[in-house]
Amino acid sequence: MLRIAACAKRLVGTASFETQFQPIRVLPRFYHERVVDHYDNPRNVGSFDKNDPTVGTGLVGAPACGDVMKLQIKIDEKTGKITDACFKTFGCGSAIASSSVATEWVKGKQMEEVLTIKNTEIAKHLSLPPVKLHCSMLAEDAIKAAVKDYEPKRASATAGTAATGEKSATA
Amino acid sequence: MTSKILTSILRNHLTKKPNLLRRQPLSTAAAAELSDPQNHEETTAGITMKGVKISGRPLYLDVQATSPVDPRVLDAMLPFYLSQYGNPHSRTHFYGWESDNAVEHARSQVASLINASPKEIVFTSGATESNNISIKGVLHFYKEKKKHVITTQTEHKCVLDSCRHLQQEGVGALYLRRRPRIRVEPQMNGGGQERGIRSGTLPTPLVVGMGAACEVAMKEMEYDEKRISALQQRLLNGITDKLDGVVVNGSMERRYVGNLNLSFAYVEGESLLMGLKEVAVSSGSACTSASLEPSYVLRALGVEEDMAHTSIRFGIGRFTTEEEIDRAVHLTVHQVKKLREMSPLYEMVEEGINIKDIQWSQH
Repeated sequence: MLRIAACAKRLVGTASFETQFQPIRVLPRFYHERVVDHYDNPRNVGSFDKNDPTVGTGLVGAPACGDVMKLQIKIDEKTGKITDACFKTFGCGSAIASSSVATEWVKGKQMEEVLTIKNTEIAKHLSLPPVKLHCSMLAEDAIKAAVKDYEPKRASATAGTAATGEKSATA
Repeated sequence: MTSKILTSILRNHLTKKPNLLRRQPLSTAAAAELSDPQNHEETTAGITMKGVKISGRPLYLDVQATSPVDPRVLDAMLPFYLSQYGNPHSRTHFYGWESDNAVEHARSQVASLINASPKEIVFTSGATESNNISIKGVLHFYKEKKKHVITTQTEHKCVLDSCRHLQQEGVGALYLRRRPRIRVEPQMNGGGQERGIRSGTLPTPLVVGMGAACEVAMKEMEYDEKRISALQQRLLNGITDKLDGVVVNGSMERRYVGNLNLSFAYVEGESLLMGLKEVAVSSGSACTSASLEPSYVLRALGVEEDMAHTSIRFGIGRFTTEEEIDRAVHLTVHQVKKLREMSPLYEMVEEGINIKDIQWSQH
């Protein structure tokens, strides 16, 4: 029940009873050519090993809501730079395009830098209509979740090198 | 006796077509060729419309939305646009009389299809109006005595809500039983046409078309059902032979043969529709938003919410061909495979993870 309540559509305030009786369902059948391009030729589709210590994985959304995004980043441990990124998305064309754009934008950037990528920038880039704005929000969340997933790995990695450094120092 | 005379008069009307009509392109294919290019770009490379590029006109598998008019029906209708254009309610001249005859003939054609008396048929603007009259009309007429209506959740929206609906063909017929008599309060008041149940001038060409369609249906229903049912099986087998995780929504035994609603697990319906540019189909699902909800009918049928997001409705009609079905199978299988390759859910399932065990994040 909680899971269902989590969907954005419910939060907008339409009870399921009301929506049953909505007269017209407006499907946005008009896609910006960038959305079509990313849908037809998605960039960076794929997966990294999520157990790789240099990989951060963000998994956001829910199947019951109609979209799930998995965004992964590969980080150069020394510089903190994102060297590679990939995604897999279950969702509409706008959701696929949003995550595809997100992987393009995070590549080559510093981890701290990608946290400043805003959903509004993605939405603007793809000219998303209001009913599709949550797709760009999901992409922003996916970037943040991937960084968040990597942070403890980095901390343990640096703690590890620090520990070995101390060891060698005492030896 | 009179009806027989009327019928023979009308047969003459319907079969005698002015010569000028013969030269008009009447087939739907010809009409497609002549379609207005104003709102889309058509080049040798293909068609561009609403940001979507396609190599030609998509094949049409959405006959539950609307369907092409049978050329025989259009043939019956055309004279009533061009030469026999009288108002069927005009009592003072020949034009009115011939239109009235045509309407009454159409009424008998509709009645005989459903084994009713012509007196039990009321012409309306369509299914929405018919449902409105029958539900609201009955409710209002009997409101002093009875106040309950029993319906099902899978009914059409206009039945549930007695509300408006997109698809308006412009004409419909309502059966109102005479014995025992059902009485309704009119929802439309005015000139008292259709025995006062539905005021408003009848559109003779549309009514004639409806009658002609009913006659064609009566003659060919059995043949159509066999043929369409075979196409439905061909579509289903073609898809399930090549794809796992395909679920038929609703019963396969108790289903209208011209419809196939399928859920493709781990593939979101709207993205599948976007990929099926060359097939005109409809989705029972949609991506999250305030206005887009999975079909309430699918939910009422007990389809789980995550599967309701993956559904596509295929509609097969009298003019659907085997080639179209085969092409639709090919394109659907290709697109589902492509989208599953980029579906995190499909990947998880392949890794042996149970999606239902995952604590999904909020959004």
